[in-house]
Amino acid sequence: MTDLLAVETPAGAADAVAGVRITPVDAVGLEQRAAALCTRSIKTSSKAAALDLAIRVMDLTTLEGADTPERVEALCTRAHHPDAADWSVPSVAAVCVYPELVPVAAEALANSPVAVASVAGGFPAGLAPLEARLAEVAWAVAAGADEVDIVLNRSAFLSGRYQKAYDEIAGAKQACGSAHLKVILETGELGSYDQIRRASMLAMVAGADFIKTSTGKIGTSATPAVALCMAEAIRDMAEQTGRSVGLKLAGGIRTAKQAWHYLVIVGETLGPGWLTPERFRLGASSLLNDVLMQRAKLRDGRYQRREDYSVD
Amino acid sequence: MEPVGDFDLEYAAALESTAPVRLGSQYGLFVEGEMVEPAAGRLAPTVNPATGEALAEVSVADAADVDRAVAAARTAWEGGWRDLPGAERAKYLYRVARLLQERAREFAVLETMDGGKPIRESRDLDIPLAAAHFFHYAGWADKLDYAFSGRRAAPLGVAAQVIPWNFPLLMAAWKLAPALACGNTAVLKPAPTTPLTALLLAEVLRDAELPPGVVNIITGDDAAGAALVAHPGVDKVAFTGSTEVGRAIAAEMAGTGKRLTLELGGKAANIVFDDAALDQVTEGIVNGIYFNGGQVCCAGSRLLVQETVADTVVGKLQRRMDTLRVGDPLDKNTDIGAINSQAQLDRITELVASGVAEGAELYTPDCVLPERGFFHAPALFTNVSTAHRIAQEEIFGPVLSVLTFRTAEEAVAKANNTPYGLSAGIWTEKGSRILWMADQMQAGVVWANTFNRFDPASPFGGYRESGYGREGGRAGLLPYVELVA
Repeated sequence: MTDLLAVETPAGAADAVAGVRITPVDAVGLEQRAAALCTRSIKTSSKAAALDLAIRVMDLTTLEGADTPERVEALCTRAHHPDAADWSVPSVAAVCVYPELVPVAAEALANSPVAVASVAGGFPAGLAPLEARLAEVAWAVAAGADEVDIVLNRSAFLSGRYQKAYDEIAGAKQACGSAHLKVILETGELGSYDQIRRASMLAMVAGADFIKTSTGKIGTSATPAVALCMAEAIRDMAEQTGRSVGLKLAGGIRTAKQAWHYLVIVGETLGPGWLTPERFRLGASSLLNDVLMQRAKLRDGRYQRREDYSVD
Repeated sequence: MEPVGDFDLEYAAALESTAPVRLGSQYGLFVEGEMVEPAAGRLAPTVNPATGEALAEVSVADAADVDRAVAAARTAWEGGWRDLPGAERAKYLYRVARLLQERAREFAVLETMDGGKPIRESRDLDIPLAAAHFFHYAGWADKLDYAFSGRRAAPLGVAAQVIPWNFPLLMAAWKLAPALACGNTAVLKPAPTTPLTALLLAEVLRDAELPPGVVNIITGDDAAGAALVAHPGVDKVAFTGSTEVGRAIAAEMAGTGKRLTLELGGKAANIVFDDAALDQVTEGIVNGIYFNGGQVCCAGSRLLVQETVADTVVGKLQRRMDTLRVGDPLDKNTDIGAINSQAQLDRITELVASGVAEGAELYTPDCVLPERGFFHAPALFTNVSTAHRIAQEEIFGPVLSVLTFRTAEEAVAKANNTPYGLSAGIWTEKGSRILWMADQMQAGVVWANTFNRFDPASPFGGYRESGYGREGGRAGLLPYVELVA
């Protein structure tokens, strides 16, 4: 363990982070382990439970310029009861939208267990002026967001200005108030697993309640190895400071099979304590339909038609 | 402190189907391209170590059978195999490799049933690597004239090959592929507890239309193996197994003019420096010692960890051990299967007890072992001194001893403090240290930031009490050729 995280933390927080060390990551070994975990065989009763959990930890997401209030309302209805014909299907964890649509989602989800999540802080690049980004965070929370997903300032992080990256996250955490803060690392832009591990530690030390892989706006998103890398960072954080930070995987997760690979990676790395919406999320838009199809297949013994599922 | 979730990650049974395997009730010996009955008609059961039940009865060869097999190999060699152009020999080897791939599922399931190793390993490692070995040496068969600069590689004659039970088919491939590629014929004797995949291989050899007698496979007990290596009609002996038996063979071979290679025991050091990638180190340690239940001659059974990270590494390791799944080897989610035999389980149990008695501290996860069959939970010893039996003797089971070191020099001294010299592992992010350490290790194989990685192109073998000779790659040709001007 070579690397003590070199950021100055506010007085009072110092004790909590003083012991945080970052261990290097061996890419070959990491990818091998991730691949091995993806060969776990999930059958019958385990599959049924895994599919339900995949729904319960899902952040149903729509982040398009073309989003309309109607579309968000439809999404919220699905979030509450993903299968209109089968109310035994659990609700998803949250609906994730742009700030402008937070009031719409908040109203639509008012009488549901589903949380409202908003991206903010100059999503997806995080290169707006800091004041504007912090104001956006505060605005989203005031408009009814329970959770805020911001991006790590990759420009600051990659150029080695860790203090700046740290201060910005700490600022966003403050602007969040009681809302949960998820910090998107945009792992596809970080260049190495070592950097992903370092960014994970930095975001956690700065106050992230969740660390999240991707915006979904660039080509490379969550991969099993990235998920494992971040889960290992979270495990170190918990061991070193006692703080349990959540993990959100997002971008490119479209199939139920991918979803349970991630359940396995998180479950075997962090333990069953993380297999709950409190500490684990899957951000996705098209995943839900595949999970519902697999669920129906398990129930009825046959697949249904894609056309039977909502496109929203 | 540990957070509580509301979901239990329990894997439902995911059993590999045994449907592809068609077991016979009795098996003969494979001599001159045919399955023949043993001269004395003796049979012995082979047992599924996961259940303790007999799978089939297998012939026990005696001296007369050995005679017959060696004579068949001699006839095949003199009758054409030695003079066959390399490209022609390669055709047979390629055929065998492809047939192994085609029947991979059947081989994997049978290997697991007969030997107890997890299906995940036989499916993903043993069988694909066995096929890869045949492919690799098929490639050498027509290039022998260029393999050793300025010298011609002439075959030796009849090779007697005695293999162990921990990687039954893979060891058969390691032995047969280079022998045949170089123009030798062979008599192969699989281990008494794991004969079935070798007998299935006989079927493949026949389907590949390998000329009769080029490979003969005789099953039986240790006496059959002893008769084979002592047979005067044999030109070359290759043995993989225990150091004790290897030593006896070496003594017996002295003065006979037979060529000999031995791949024997090991007590490998897996050395972790404090700058290493500790989470991947943890996986590497687990893979080093719990792969195939530690029944691996090159297993990383002695963990040497730098004292500054010793507690962290042991903590991570214990946590990881808690997630290891011990149980039915045919379950696709099983990480540690059955121990190969009752005798081996007894030996492991005895050595673990000696570790406790000598004052080392034992950790094993809280796992429920199956009621039937031969199983041992993964075990970890801390507070181990180099003088303890568990730090000295090869356990050949899922038992790891942890020792600490302060400086690189101390790590070297401790790592080399063993009569063996088969393998070693080095974990550090510093390239120069890897090179320096590899230079200091008295071991035939040194892995850096990985462990138990095998490739047909990479030579494998030991020195000192781990034996001599190399298997794999160009170096693996040498034991099967005479270099002539």
